[in-house]
Amino acid sequence: MATEILMPALSPTMEEGTLAKWLVKEGDTVASGDILAEIETDKATMEFEAVDEGVIGKILISEGSEGVKVNTAIAVLLEEGEDASAADTASPAATPAAEATAAPEATSVPATAAAPAATAPDTSPDWPEGTPMKQQTVREALRDAMAEEMRGNESVFLMGEEVAEYQGAYKISQGLLDEFGAKRVIDTPITEHGFAGIATGSAMAGLRPIVEFMTFNFAMQAIDHLINSAAKTLYMSGGQMGAPMVFRGPNGAAARVGAQHSQDYAAWYMQVPGLKVAMPYSASDAKGLLKSAIRDPNPVIFLENEILYGRSFDVPDMDDYTVPFGKARIWREGTDVTIVSFGIGMTYALEAADKLGRGRYLCGSYRSADFASDGYGQHLGVRA
Amino acid sequence: MAAKKPATPNVSADELLNHYREMLLIRRFEEKAGQLYGMGLIGGFCHLYIGQEAVVVGLEAAAKEGDKRITSYRDHGHMLACGMDPKGVMAELTGREGGYSRGKGGSMHMFSKEKHFYGGHGIVAAQVPLGAGLAFADKYSGNDNVTFIYFGDGAANQGQVYETYNMAELWQLPAVFVIENNQYAMGTSTQRSTKSPSYFARGQAYGIAGEEVDGMDVLAVKAAGEKAIAHCRAGKGPYILEVKTYRYRGHSMSDPAKYRTREEVQKMRDERDPIEQIRDMLLTGNHASEDELKAVDKEIKAIVNEAAEFSKESPEPHVDELWTDIYASEDV
Repeated sequence: MATEILMPALSPTMEEGTLAKWLVKEGDTVASGDILAEIETDKATMEFEAVDEGVIGKILISEGSEGVKVNTAIAVLLEEGEDASAADTASPAATPAAEATAAPEATSVPATAAAPAATAPDTSPDWPEGTPMKQQTVREALRDAMAEEMRGNESVFLMGEEVAEYQGAYKISQGLLDEFGAKRVIDTPITEHGFAGIATGSAMAGLRPIVEFMTFNFAMQAIDHLINSAAKTLYMSGGQMGAPMVFRGPNGAAARVGAQHSQDYAAWYMQVPGLKVAMPYSASDAKGLLKSAIRDPNPVIFLENEILYGRSFDVPDMDDYTVPFGKARIWREGTDVTIVSFGIGMTYALEAADKLGRGRYLCGSYRSADFASDGYGQHLGVRA
Repeated sequence: MAAKKPATPNVSADELLNHYREMLLIRRFEEKAGQLYGMGLIGGFCHLYIGQEAVVVGLEAAAKEGDKRITSYRDHGHMLACGMDPKGVMAELTGREGGYSRGKGGSMHMFSKEKHFYGGHGIVAAQVPLGAGLAFADKYSGNDNVTFIYFGDGAANQGQVYETYNMAELWQLPAVFVIENNQYAMGTSTQRSTKSPSYFARGQAYGIAGEEVDGMDVLAVKAAGEKAIAHCRAGKGPYILEVKTYRYRGHSMSDPAKYRTREEVQKMRDERDPIEQIRDMLLTGNHASEDELKAVDKEIKAIVNEAAEFSKESPEPHVDELWTDIYASEDV
């Protein structure tokens, strides 16, 4: 049966083109892969190849024709032995794209993307009243969080520079090699791009890596894997696989370490769909949030602060203490002014609160968020 | 160049015919994809695998259930060769609900947990450490699976490849690095990209064994694949195969391929075509008749046409899909 050869789209943006030159003439036999014509697109002159074999029955658009719309019939292809008169009754090679790709009617935005629901903020305490407390540094709290999760799940492992034998550049992983062995506490060469990719691949295969960056400044060498590999695989695979993992390490300014070791990346990572970001202030937040991060089925950017590592806070002494993502913490109750901060910023927020005097303000910390979450104020019960 | 004669006692007529069928499926599928692109049914980027079929078909013939594979954006052939459904692949190319990623991945991003196919990656060479991570997971779990990590001669100049070589050998990961050297990184020939004479030899700097393979000869690829896999399964760490191949089409659909002559492409098609080589072998060895091969051609054409029809009829994804699969609410 005779078929029409249609003007092809030869680039992602091409709508029409010039049929510059025919390289076949009527009566020529063509095989799959033979060059039929040269076509000028908006970007270049392209060779147009035959897909099916047959005989050129009729050329419908002469060479030199400009502005030939994509999907216009430009020639008729006959099957071997078919009479040329069949060219007049040719059928299109296939249904043109226009009908088939009609977009579905635009529908209302689903609830998940709608404005934040006006539910009351979760102001419940992080631990039950009467829970015994112990004093711990942020450093110890982070180590305990990893150790507890590694005890509970064989798939969890820690990877990074100096995390094993050196016990951590900032001693966060102290004791972990002794308890879990070299299979699960892995020293890497200095190769952020490479090991971030390897860890992400292992997460796609079902493991739960914790990647320690000696500082998030060094993660700049690996950021492609954080964004293009870890954050986007779930979407690109239609939900078949993702990267349940944690990238953690010190972030933001430390003490007199220069511009290349002082960047705060919180705002950067917050803009990336697919990533969750946590930035704790206290030891209890560090512990509870890191445990949640390790259990989370998504990639979590966990931003610590070097100056906070050695500070001590009350940490609830209980078996499985976690802080859910998306919940803020109210440090002081008040009525007149709201002070909001997060991470080490809480140090200064609380100092400011002290200076203002009790009873006049609400001071809270925002601890974690993701690209799809609602605004800061929601969690603290702030109303505009 | 005449086809290298296989060690025929090791290859049955059935196997030869299977290789022919699988390579032909990729060839016809890709030609159809090119046609659907021309009609505007496939949008965006589309990188065809025509000419390189023997690489994936040969290596898949050496693999076992449980082995993993990961590649770049020129991925349609890899998916078909590992047994993914042509209908689901074509429908992903047209961005429809029936596609492997429900229309959200497109030509470059498809995955199949069931077939252990881990994508479909659009950042050149990113799949190399990711693939080593898949191999890491197998070693961690204590099984004997192997991961095939495919990348091109272009990707082979990226730094992360060498970071990965270093760790893969250090940790003895069961990974076969497959460099599909088709001689052109988009429009830049290997001669214009590097002074080093071979890509596989770069692995020696890290202690990784490797070799060069004729990628137009499916039997040579399979034999090399078996050797590489045996090395990995024996716990001896990674292995590198530099497979010399050739792509007949442009880098992507909008590439006029002015960086090489038409004669160069034609010569490769006439003298080295991987499908024609096996066809000749089947006919001259009396392993199959012209009629039998015609029947195979017909069968493949039907599969491809069915895939194309499915890819046109499957509905566009609902607009709500824009907001799904960004965050997982539970383990996937």
